Amino acid sequence: MTATARPQTTEAAAERSQVLDTVMNVIKRIPFYLLVVVIAVYLMFPFYWAFRSSITPDADLFATPVQYFPNNPTLENYRAVLSDDNFIRALGNSAIVAASVTLLALMVGAFASYAIGRFTFRGRTPVLYIVLAMTMFPQIAVLGSLYTLITEAGLYNSLWALIFTYMMFTLPFTVWVLTTFFQQMPKELEEAAYVDGATPFQVFYKVLLPLAAPGLVTTGLLAFIAAWNEFLFALSFTQTPDKFTVTLAIFRFEPQTAGGFEIAWGQIMAATIIITLPLIILTLIFQRRILAGLTAGAVKG
Amino acid sequence: MARVNFDHVYKIFGEDVYAVNDLSLDIQDGEFLVLVGPSGCGKSTALRCLAGLEDISRGHIYIGERDVTYLDPKDRDIAMVFQSYALYPHMSVRDNMGFSLNLRGASKADIKASVDRAAQILGLEDLLDRKPRELSGGQRQRVALGRAIVREPQAFLMDEPLSNLDAKLRVQTRAEITSLQRRLGVTTIYVTHDQIEAMTMGDRIAVMSAGVLQQLDTPQNLYDKPKNQFVATFIGSPSMNIFPATVVQNNGTAAIQGGENFSLTLPDAVKGLILDHKDEQINVGIRPEDIEVVQYAERADDDNTLRLPVRLVEPLGSEIMLHLEGPGEEPIVARVDPRVQLKGGDVAHVAFNTDKLHAFNPATEEALV
Repeated sequence: MTATARPQTTEAAAERSQVLDTVMNVIKRIPFYLLVVVIAVYLMFPFYWAFRSSITPDADLFATPVQYFPNNPTLENYRAVLSDDNFIRALGNSAIVAASVTLLALMVGAFASYAIGRFTFRGRTPVLYIVLAMTMFPQIAVLGSLYTLITEAGLYNSLWALIFTYMMFTLPFTVWVLTTFFQQMPKELEEAAYVDGATPFQVFYKVLLPLAAPGLVTTGLLAFIAAWNEFLFALSFTQTPDKFTVTLAIFRFEPQTAGGFEIAWGQIMAATIIITLPLIILTLIFQRRILAGLTAGAVKG
Repeated sequence: MARVNFDHVYKIFGEDVYAVNDLSLDIQDGEFLVLVGPSGCGKSTALRCLAGLEDISRGHIYIGERDVTYLDPKDRDIAMVFQSYALYPHMSVRDNMGFSLNLRGASKADIKASVDRAAQILGLEDLLDRKPRELSGGQRQRVALGRAIVREPQAFLMDEPLSNLDAKLRVQTRAEITSLQRRLGVTTIYVTHDQIEAMTMGDRIAVMSAGVLQQLDTPQNLYDKPKNQFVATFIGSPSMNIFPATVVQNNGTAAIQGGENFSLTLPDAVKGLILDHKDEQINVGIRPEDIEVVQYAERADDDNTLRLPVRLVEPLGSEIMLHLEGPGEEPIVARVDPRVQLKGGDVAHVAFNTDKLHAFNPATEEALV
């Protein structure tokens, strides 16, 4: 009897300790998930609140108790915002400015970083560090002199003023990031292309540029987001509503209700959600490109 | 297809680093020339100079009748295979192979025909639409070769194309490259650090060391008549035994004496050459296969046999490597019959094939001939 009973007790003990292990594991993981939840709420809640406010009728906005989800959701705010000509024009302006800034920054940046990343020349390192230093100036520090430049050049209150000044903060990081991309490419690829009969320019755009695609997409996206979100320069270098960008349009929002004497939070929030959408969509489209390791298989690895 | 000519080429890095030092080579049309040497000997630099990837400091390089010294790589009409293959990762195999023709502005139909022909030669027909990352190492290597073939260039330059392959594939590809080259008849300059590759592939071999061309000859001549101690020890595996000895003459015979119990009498054929150095110390060289245990030796008498202590026995199945105590620091390695029953600590009775002795000047390391 005892001989058969003993294994049973050890079995039961083993089972009990296994259960205990699982419980302990779960307990150990609780703080981790708690932290994840806290971070997620911290990051997502403001956006959710903007969304919630955008679909809440004005009357319910400040109702007590707080409605975490409106009882009578409405798209009225979206209708109002999208029928506002100034806002539509601002969307167009922002699209033009952000797209031009992105394209110009990628073009100029790709050339510059090809040169810096693939050629050795006198003053190469200083150039790289001056470029880096550019990213460290606060925008406000150069605002005064830029204002003079812009007015002297006759660009005041034009989209060109914005395209030109936005390059100042998009170009340095484009150059910096792309330079590392170009530097990482194996030298043999370039040499193989030269022996195959390519000119330096053909080596650049037929071999190296396609390989830098993940870098181009990443920096392009960041440049677009930076230009799309910019506020200070837009505020300083434009004057009339027909030249406003979206951030400025929201800042200067003229409510369509209550005779213009009330801050139309619902519409402002709807506008905020609308201008966030393009960024989310772009990021979703390009995220696979950003992750794709295109250089895999170039050389034995 | 053309001759390739290096005319007193120097490549100097900085002030006084002579990567290539006065290199003159005349490579015949259709020849397979192997540049071999230890790493850092300047063989790759020489190849890169020929490709136009490095400017040369002095001298001239000719491909065919053309002086290409100052031409860009793209104007030299050569194809190069890199150690890392350097395939364009964003292009399919077909586009990789057709890239050079595409750059030249060839028509789509011509490119397709050329690529298909090269793919057929290399057995790549089924892989043409794949990307390099979807290929195995051996397949990538073939694509790199294919890219060179499609060009129909004046010369192939190959920079250690086999060193990224595993041992078995390397032996197989070695034979394939050789037969491919014979078939296409394109002048080929092949760089390697592997003397076996050099011996098996080359019509002629150029041995380089420290930027200087040591010897340029056929594989057999390089093996049998090395010009200096470097070539003697670099070519052949295990390498030639070198040990110090003194030349002595008594009663009309000549002998070399490496120590008290180490004396070999020289046959008449070798005697005359070495007697010029009577009473001098020289470096004697003998290949492992020219030493055999007495019972299996072709010729064994008092003149050419010695009793030497055995340090180490390495059985390889088809043969045995005996490490014997010699006059110098290094052991004397003998490649002997596999039936030999000896172990470390024994004394081996071995016969030297004294007809095959080499002698070198210990100061200059030049062969004494």
